[in-house]
This record gives sequence, structure tokens and C-alpha cells, in this order.
Amino acid sequence: MKIIVIVKEVPDTYGERKLDLETGLADRAASEPVLDEIGERALEVALSHADANEAEVVVMSMAPERAAATIRKGLAMGAASAVQVADPGLAGADLGLTARTLAAAIRKTGFDLVITGNLSTDGSGGVLPAMLAELLDVPNLTALSSVEIAADSVSGGRDSDDGTMRLSAKLPAVISITEALPDARFPNFKGIMAAKKKPFETLAAADLGIDPQDLSVAASIMTAIAEKPPRSAGVKITDEGDGGVKIAEFLVENRLA
Amino acid sequence: MTEERDALIQAVREFADLELAPNAERWDAEKHFPVDTLRLAGQLGLGGESVREDVGGSGLSRLDAVAMFEELAKGDTTIAAYISIHNMVAWMIDTYGDDAQRERWVPGLAAMTDLGSYCLTEPGAGSDAAAITTSARRDGDDYVINGVKQFVSGAGSSAVHLVMARTGEPGSRGISAIVVPDGTPGLGFGRNEEKMGWHAPRGHQRDHAAGRRAEPSGRGRVTTNAGRAVRDRRPSTRDLGYA
Ligand SMILES: Cc1cc2nc3c(=O)[nH]c(=O)nc-3n(C[C@H](O)[C@H](O)[C@H](O)COP(=O)(O)OP(=O)(O)OC[C@H]3O[C@@H](n4cnc5c(N)ncnc54)[C@H](O)[C@@H]3O)c2cc1C
Repeated sequence: MKIIVIVKEVPDTYGERKLDLETGLADRAASEPVLDEIGERALEVALSHADANEAEVVVMSMAPERAAATIRKGLAMGAASAVQVADPGLAGADLGLTARTLAAAIRKTGFDLVITGNLSTDGSGGVLPAMLAELLDVPNLTALSSVEIAADSVSGGRDSDDGTMRLSAKLPAVISITEALPDARFPNFKGIMAAKKKPFETLAAADLGIDPQDLSVAASIMTAIAEKPPRSAGVKITDEGDGGVKIAEFLVENRLA
Repeated sequence: MTEERDALIQAVREFADLELAPNAERWDAEKHFPVDTLRLAGQLGLGGESVREDVGGSGLSRLDAVAMFEELAKGDTTIAAYISIHNMVAWMIDTYGDDAQRERWVPGLAAMTDLGSYCLTEPGAGSDAAAITTSARRDGDDYVINGVKQFVSGAGSSAVHLVMARTGEPGSRGISAIVVPDGTPGLGFGRNEEKMGWHAPRGHQRDHAAGRRAEPSGRGRVTTNAGRAVRDRRPSTRDLGYA
């Protein structure tokens, strides 16, 4: 079985995140780049399956060339090979172009199962998994909080406010997972040293038949951009015996109730 | 390759941030020696940094090791120091031990499923380490060791005690390093010394008397080069200084 895990380099989740107001892109120099934690968890799902079963795990990312070191962490954790789509023409790609590019890379690599996080820490789009499934024309199980992988199918649970749904699909399929799944393993020294000997394929958009400027495909356009307004002070309610009533009124007034 | 070095040091930094820093104060206050955390350090590859890979070591350079101890010390200076001392034991057995000793002890030390203690200092020999008086006398295949050690980090939790003892002439050339497994008859531990800070290595300051009839049964001798090894090899936060 071949499992492709989609991972992403993102600005450090705990650092400051900034937008470049000229380009509208994330300012990647503003904080240290890291492998997105949800992607690490997705990789852990694949690796723990591969620990006990016959499976080849590939990490894949669309990211600028310099993200190679971050992607290699996936190899250090235990993935067998990596595929990076790195192309200056893809800078600032919207979700549609990202999905088309990754879907082409997934098809080229071959797969039984694609695992992604439910949404990235930086873009927070959350629709990429569904877009990939659509483009690959395979079933999609989203937001799984538990995963069981069998030889020809995948299943799992999706938590909602009302309960847990049981979902399953025949392979090949695309699944996305949530933070409910376990923390990823640490890469150890042996893994880090083995990583540099593992296959690492770098592809350009043209290798995948993707034209980033293709005007026949719908794309999003940024029309305005502004810095996040500074947080203003909240409303303080002093309790003079009627604090509860005042809070209820505030919630109703602001349509928060 | 610098990208690989960055990745190695980053891995140690994450370990120190997640496993050491949040606990350092509590461990010190409770005088707790975190054996479980040391097992995790072993899984990472910190148990045999400069040990050869055929016995489970990481085969790293001294420069890599220093950068790693810097990261560990940011999380918990005490544990960083203990790991460096443990590494001295693993490195010495790997470098000077015979094949049987390497195979018997080094894999466990590298994985930190076995911990090591380095037993050099004595009540009457600290800075002047070449003045130790603990003696080792050959008795058939064994050595019989007599003496008292102190300030032995990890003593009481260790599987392996590497005991420096005099087998020859006065001075550093007459010292041998002898592998004394835990449980060797005659091996005993004194009280845990009172001290300021630096509590975690539990038996740290325990007296370590490899008593009247310590019999390391044939595993005895690692090397007659202990004097040289001691001089060459004190990798650790000591190389960095404390703030
Ligand atoms: C936290 C900790 C962990 C340790 N762990 C271990 C361990 O695992 N195994 C082990 O074997 N030992 C261990 N030691 C012992 C350590 O190696 C000794 O403390 C060290 O060698 C110094 O010896 P001492 O304490 O007897 O001090 P002394 O040698 O008495 O030195 C006291 C002071 O006198 C100075 N001094 C000494 N001689 C001279 C001289 N000739 N001229 C001028 N000044 C001099 C010293 O610089 C120092 O300032 C540990 C010590 C500490 C503090």
C-alpha cells in the first residue's frame, strides 16, 4: 500500500504571524518556519500503520525550494521518500491552484491513500482535502478523529456536537484528520542521519503539466488587504447584584446568545 | 552537512523544551532523578553520542556533542551534566573496552536502558584526579577493588559503574578504568549529600565504596589508559561554563 501524506511548512504556530501588505502573502521571514503540527499528526497516522503493516509512506508538499529542510523532517520521522513541488510561479497560489498541482503530483506518484490535516495553521482554508478528492475522483472522509486502515478500505470516526459518525470508504481515497489523533513521534538521530539518503524528488509545475497562469481556470483575486486591527479593550461589567442580567443583555444585544 | 547538523540540534532543542525545561524546577525541588526521561533521551540517540554505530551509538563529532549539550543545559543543567557523564562511560567502554565488553554494555548505555556512572572523585582527590588512592588488585580473572568514591552522578540508579582505580605506579599512568556492574558484591552506597541545587542526579554525591571484595569477574579491565582518557574527555556543560 502506498500512502501519501500532504505536509506543509508554516510560520511557527507560537510565533508572531504577519501578512506582507505589499503582496498579500504570509511574511515567511517574520518567524521560524516549522512543519505544520497537523501534518505531523497525519504522518504519524501513516507511520504507525506502516510500523505494523506493509506500507510505503511518501511525504509530499508544494512549497518554495528552501522548505526542503522542513520536508526532510518527515523523512527523519520515518517516511520512505519525499516529493516537493517547488516552482517560483506557484508563489501565492490560491487553494484551487494548490489543489490542482498537488493532485497532479499525487497522480504522478501513485497512491492508495492520501492523508492530510483538516486545516493548516497558517491558511486555515480546510477545503484542500475535499478539492484533492474531487480532482482525483476518489472518496473523501474529512475531519476524522480516529482512523483504521485496512487492505482495501479506510474508516474512522468524525466527532460532531451531536455524536460520532462512523465513516468508511474503499481505497483509493483521501482522508483528513483532526488534532484528536496522537502527537507525532520525535525524529531521532538515526532517523535524521538516514533521511539524507532517502529519495527526495523535486518537481516544477511544468513537470506536472500545470500552468500557474492558466486564465481558463477560475482563480481567486485579492481586492483589498489591511492589517488586523489592534485589539480594543473589552466591556467590563461591574456586578452590583445584577451582573448576571447585564451579561445576558450584552450577549443578546450582540447576537451572541 | 550543515542542514543535517541543524536538524540534529533542533531535535535536541525540542526534547529539552518539551521534556526537560517544564520539569527542571520540580525535579530539583523534589530531588528526583528522572530515569524515564533519560530513556527518552536514549531513544533520541543521546546515550552514545560519540559511540560507534555498530553498538548502537550515534557516531557524532565532538562539535555536534557540544552544541547538543548547550541545548540540553538550557532545559535542565543538571540532567545535561548527567547525560554528559553517562556519555563519558559509554565512550570509554566503546573506545577502550574489548569486544565482549563493548557488546555487553554499550548497546544498553547508548539506548539509556542501562545508565552509567563515572567513579573518579574521592574524598581526598578532586581536581587532582591523578592522586586517587582506590586500589585494584588482580585476583585470578577478577579485580578486587578497595576504596571510597564521592560525588558520583547517578550512583544508585546505574547499571554500570566505571571505577578508576590504581593498578600500577603513582600518578595518572598507574590508573585503570574497571567496569563494575550493579550488584557486584561489596559495592555499596552512602548517604545522599546535602547541597545547593543540582539535585537530580540522585546518588550524585553518594559515597561509592567498591568494597572489600568487589569482584567484577573478568569483565574487570577496560584500559590502562584511564589517565589519558580522563584528561581528554570531559565533554559537557563544563566546556561551556555555567551562568
Ligand atoms: C555536580 C557535580 C557532579 C559531579 N559528578 C561526578 C561524577 O559523576 N563522577 C566523579 O568522579 N566526580 C564527580 N564530581 C566531582 C568533580 O569532578 C569534583 O568536584 C572536581 O573534580 C573538583 O574536586 P573537589 O570537589 O574535591 O574540589 P577541590 O579539588 O578540593 O577544589 C576546590 C577548589 O580548590 C581549587 N584548587 C584545587 N587544586 C588547586 C591547585 N593545585 N591550585 C589552585 N587551586 C586549586 C579548585 O580550583 C577549586 O576552586 C561532580 C561534582 C559536581 C559538583
